[in-house]
Amino acid sequence: MGNHNHSHNFTEQYEFSGKPKTWSLIAILVGILAIAFGLLTDHAERTFANLLLMAYYFTCVCAAGAFFLAVQFVAQAGWSAGLLRIPQAFARILPIASIILIVVCAAGLLTHNLYHHWHADGLTDPNHPEYDALIAGKSGYLNVPFFLTRLVFFLASYSIFALMLSRFSSNEDMEGGLNSYKKSIKWSAIFLIVFGFTTPIWSFDVIMSLEAHWFSTMFGWYNFAAMWVSGLCTITLTVILLKKSGYMTWINENHLHDLGKFIFAFSIFWTYVWFAQFLLIWYANMPEETVYFYKRFEPEYLPWFWVNIVVNFVAPILILMTRDSKRQMNTLMFVCIMLLVGHWLDYYMMIMPGTVAEHRGFGIIEIGIAIGFAGLFTFLMLKSLSKRSLVAINHPFLNESVHHHI
Amino acid sequence: MSNTKYILGHFEDPDDLMHGIDKLQENNVSIYDVFTPMPIHGIENKLGVKRSRLPIVAFCFGLTGTLTGFSMIYYMLVHDWPMNIGGKPAFAFPDFVPIMFELTVLFCSFGMVGTYFFVNHLFPGRAPRVMDLRATNDRFVVAIDAKANPYPDKIDNILKEAGAVEIKHNERKYVSYE
Repeated sequence: MGNHNHSHNFTEQYEFSGKPKTWSLIAILVGILAIAFGLLTDHAERTFANLLLMAYYFTCVCAAGAFFLAVQFVAQAGWSAGLLRIPQAFARILPIASIILIVVCAAGLLTHNLYHHWHADGLTDPNHPEYDALIAGKSGYLNVPFFLTRLVFFLASYSIFALMLSRFSSNEDMEGGLNSYKKSIKWSAIFLIVFGFTTPIWSFDVIMSLEAHWFSTMFGWYNFAAMWVSGLCTITLTVILLKKSGYMTWINENHLHDLGKFIFAFSIFWTYVWFAQFLLIWYANMPEETVYFYKRFEPEYLPWFWVNIVVNFVAPILILMTRDSKRQMNTLMFVCIMLLVGHWLDYYMMIMPGTVAEHRGFGIIEIGIAIGFAGLFTFLMLKSLSKRSLVAINHPFLNESVHHHI
Repeated sequence: MSNTKYILGHFEDPDDLMHGIDKLQENNVSIYDVFTPMPIHGIENKLGVKRSRLPIVAFCFGLTGTLTGFSMIYYMLVHDWPMNIGGKPAFAFPDFVPIMFELTVLFCSFGMVGTYFFVNHLFPGRAPRVMDLRATNDRFVVAIDAKANPYPDKIDNILKEAGAVEIKHNERKYVSYE
């Protein structure tokens, strides 16, 4: 270790108790009550749409944690070494998030509350009155066994890679040396290839197939951008809240500046992909493609369509453009919370018009389930975080991270 | 009164240079500028260099590009020669966005290149302004304005004690003009 680190306590561990624990448990309870309320008051489809939204959001944030780790390892980045335990905590709960998402999708399929656009009786039978030639043509890909197999296969592989990266870091704590770091780089590179090729398919399956007549090749990257921005915001928010509670003294405004730059850049990237999808569909004006935006241009959704762009593009680009705003904890925290809400709206705009359409709502079910999953994420993530020291003490670039200065 | 305009202290090592800057500042000698062959971390703070206004310039150039792009397409496609393209309205804003974006980038990058040349006086046919040629090679050079600090012997001593390997008394500001 260097000579200037005496003021930092690198062996400190997060103690998960008190208010965060109480409130996250209360939030989980609120979520369960909201689900029960939705199912009992005859809003099954709306409840399932919200469950899908939040389960997908939850899994995406955890997967983004694993992706963040992999990117840092492959880039051999030094600046982030001091905060890698946070995305590791995300990555460690990815298996649980994956199971929840798989259960929600499977239950939605079985109860015909989700994906009934392509999964219903007679859709592929030419003699049936409900016969749908488009769906029949896609049924080789969009059928329940293959759908679930893909989902399980993708999420299991992400989870395995996530746990591997976390394991290497634990080994590094105990053994030191460069062995774990080199292994992390190798497996991160493999993970990035797997992740890059399969996340678009994952989002095609879970979200795009809700409106199975429609397709967009941009959709996968659009979802990837949303996942990456919301993951970065969650990482940043966690860092800031931990710092505010007196942990992680080695993280300073330089690290926040880098995280802020990431958020700024990928908010623009999100808009770029969003716009690339929108412009081509709008310009080509082909009915099978415009149906997606037609639904979102209905008066029911149009205001939110614009709010989505303002919150996720205009606001972050204007607020985070200056150097100072990225270095001020409170400004950055505000932007993170705004973007997390904004990407909830983004997913809402992806899911609701294709499922509940004009029966959409915003009330106990939406808010309750969102709070429930936020609580679940907080609970699991902080629990996982509290199991190890807050810094990977033997990370070869830790010293560089501590002295990071931009 | 000598004709010395600038006193240049040469250091061989960044750490010696930083030490020299400390010593000069302790003795209240104002430093005109420092030239190094490579960027040195934290030297701006030490010298009290103000934050660059380059980002503001970049923003202004970018904004000019956006507005130029918008006005150009608006004039062409809406005002001067409206055409029916795929049944779209003449003022089809989404179509404008890529061109506005590209012109933002173009104006911003060309503007920054121009700003760089302008700030550094790099015009065609003009010798670049360099106070010490070895600062581009292997020496870390501190420049002190001799008129503002009229005690050359004291400065020489401070520099020597701090580990300067060479001290020059220049009568011209930019040696590259000679």
